[in-house]
Amino acid sequence: MAFGTYKEVVSARATDKAIQKVAQDGGIVSALLCYALEENIIEGAIVAGDTEDAWKPEPTIAMTPEEIIAAAGTKYTFSPNAIRLKEAVRQYGLEKIGTVGTPCQIMGLRKMQSYPFSTRFVADKLALIIGIFCMENFPRDSLKTFVEGKMYSSLDNVNKMDIGKGKFWITDPEKESGLALKETHGYEQAGCNICLDYVAELADVSTGSVGSPDGWSTVFTRTDNGADIFTAAVEAGVIETKPMDDVKPGLELLKKLANGKKDKGRKEIERRVNMGLPSPF
Amino acid sequence: MLDGLKNKLRKFLGLEAKPDAEDDEAKAKLKQEMKSEVEAQSKPAEEAKKAADAAAEEEAKKQAESSEQISKESSTQEVEKVADKPKIGYIHMSGCTGDGMSLTENYDILSTLLTDMVDIVYGTTLVDLWEMPEMDLALVEGSVCLQDEHSVKELMEVREKSGLVCAFGSCAMTGCFTRYARGGQLAQPKHESFVPISDLIKVDCAIPGCPASPEIIAKVVVALINGDMDYLQPMLDMAACNLACGCDLQTNVVSKALCCGCGTCVLACPTRALEMVEGRPSHNKNRCIKCGACTTHCPRTWFPEEQIKKDLGL
Ligand SMILES: Cc1cc2nc3c(=O)[nH]c(=O)nc-3n(C[C@H](O)[C@H](O)[C@H](O)COP(=O)(O)OP(=O)(O)OC[C@H]3O[C@@H](n4cnc5c(N)ncnc54)[C@H](O)[C@@H]3O)c2cc1C
Ligand code: SF4
Ligand code: SF4
Ligand code: SF4
Repeated sequence: MAFGTYKEVVSARATDKAIQKVAQDGGIVSALLCYALEENIIEGAIVAGDTEDAWKPEPTIAMTPEEIIAAAGTKYTFSPNAIRLKEAVRQYGLEKIGTVGTPCQIMGLRKMQSYPFSTRFVADKLALIIGIFCMENFPRDSLKTFVEGKMYSSLDNVNKMDIGKGKFWITDPEKESGLALKETHGYEQAGCNICLDYVAELADVSTGSVGSPDGWSTVFTRTDNGADIFTAAVEAGVIETKPMDDVKPGLELLKKLANGKKDKGRKEIERRVNMGLPSPF
Repeated sequence: MLDGLKNKLRKFLGLEAKPDAEDDEAKAKLKQEMKSEVEAQSKPAEEAKKAADAAAEEEAKKQAESSEQISKESSTQEVEKVADKPKIGYIHMSGCTGDGMSLTENYDILSTLLTDMVDIVYGTTLVDLWEMPEMDLALVEGSVCLQDEHSVKELMEVREKSGLVCAFGSCAMTGCFTRYARGGQLAQPKHESFVPISDLIKVDCAIPGCPASPEIIAKVVVALINGDMDYLQPMLDMAACNLACGCDLQTNVVSKALCCGCGTCVLACPTRALEMVEGRPSHNKNRCIKCGACTTHCPRTWFPEEQIKKDLGL
């Protein structure tokens, strides 16, 4: 079970050129959130917005498609979107909220929904939870360390970051350059080393780049709700799809990475438990 | 301890109580047996309902995530099942009554449940009764003041007269904000030591929260009535907890290399004593009321994967 429970997996991308231009991959996250907002499936979305400081995202409550699109693109550091959920419900008065997060962020939200000890009338306001694939995440100072120390650029100059084809890529005004992933190893946060979930197994819909060609995303629909919204977005022409079998590199690569993460995580858990340290998994 | 509790639950469900199990294996077996009996019992009811109204069932399934739906479903499905209604008492010690108010917020969805499935036999403002009766389950809200002999006596009596004692809300479980009491105030300046009830008596189950949310209370009541031990297990595991603070996150999560920066702790905190700084919770001691919600909600302290999948239909 490399991918968890899912209904369907496809390769997909947003049809809106404005989204394609700014999105990390196929723009699935932004397109789905915008569609849900316009169809009143959600009334607002909590996304990773930019701040004055380069590559220092901040959870942002987006109330318009423009605000959702402004937050597109992957930030390889923390944007704990959950922290603004209560505010979105209570101060903004939103009854239906969409959000996006890494698998571990989704775990926190799902645990809260199953055991809502301290979150009075918040759990049922989450109308759409989109998960993004995730191998690891970095403290911002880790990014700074290898972008400056190993790639001779600066966070202020970098327009885009990406991980793919075995490298960590940055695009700055001068060039695009890549750093072998073995050079970034050891800079990820320690909490990632026991993480067993690559493809956001508990989201409504999960998406990431691996498995699909450049500019496209791999998408799993999981819950009934998630599948309904994704299907409706496809039918509305907001998202176009291709069968996974028709695209390269395809599901095999994704499977290899997902299982690889689980194997590595389990080994690390075992190592820690043998030292007497705790693990929730 | 667990087997005693499970026996009580068997009684709740009108099942024959088993002799106390000695070892872990027996405990596991008992749990399994109990589960299958409960499942077997509820099956005919479910099937009858399905046949009667397939469409409604379909609709209900779709909304199974909502606790309201769960409670409505179980209350209608299993109403006849409980012959011997469990007797529940509500005991108020030192706290703000927030948990009791949370409970009452469920009355619209739990009214059938509370009248048809359980008997509320004791409780200030709820029942006109001075003498504490025997109870199957006592929900104790609030911490206990060591200098208040009436409270101490009442708590002891609760333990004696109740099959199960549940620390209901954070004050009862961890002491919560009453931990800051230091006496010197009217009406009784001597009242200074407010402690979690598990400091004085054995507690079987705990529901943290300041206050515990209406939804968690509804979910617990439904789980109790369905004998859903899997759902309740985390609350049994927390029963002995009598110490909590936002700094636990540092000790038990960050310092144990577990934190992933998800921010769930900040979401859970009722007093904004936590904020995320460089992807880690930063704890403002001056705002913290020691409710334990942050540690309870953190996905890296315990993680109920099976329950979540069940709730999501995954
Ligand atoms: C730390 C990290 C590691 C990742 N690792 C992989 C990987 O190994 N393999 C893979 O296939 N994909 C990975 N991804 C996902 C991938 O980079 C894209 O985010 C994903 O494919 C969505 O692209 P999109 O074009 O559909 O989304 P877009 O339309 O570009 O929208 C992206 C959305 O994600 C939000 N977001 C961005 N950064 C964060 C963050 N740090 N925390 C929470 N929300 C955020 C944005 O606000 C935006 O709403 C990772 C993402 C992150 C954040
Ligand atoms: S690897 Fe796991 S723990 Fe780390 S950021 Fe990604 S989902 Fe979270
Ligand atoms: S930090 Fe907040 S949630 Fe944690 S114990 Fe203190 S008040 Fe409660
Ligand atoms: S909930 Fe736990 S894992 Fe998440 S940020 Fe807080 S301490 Fe870290």
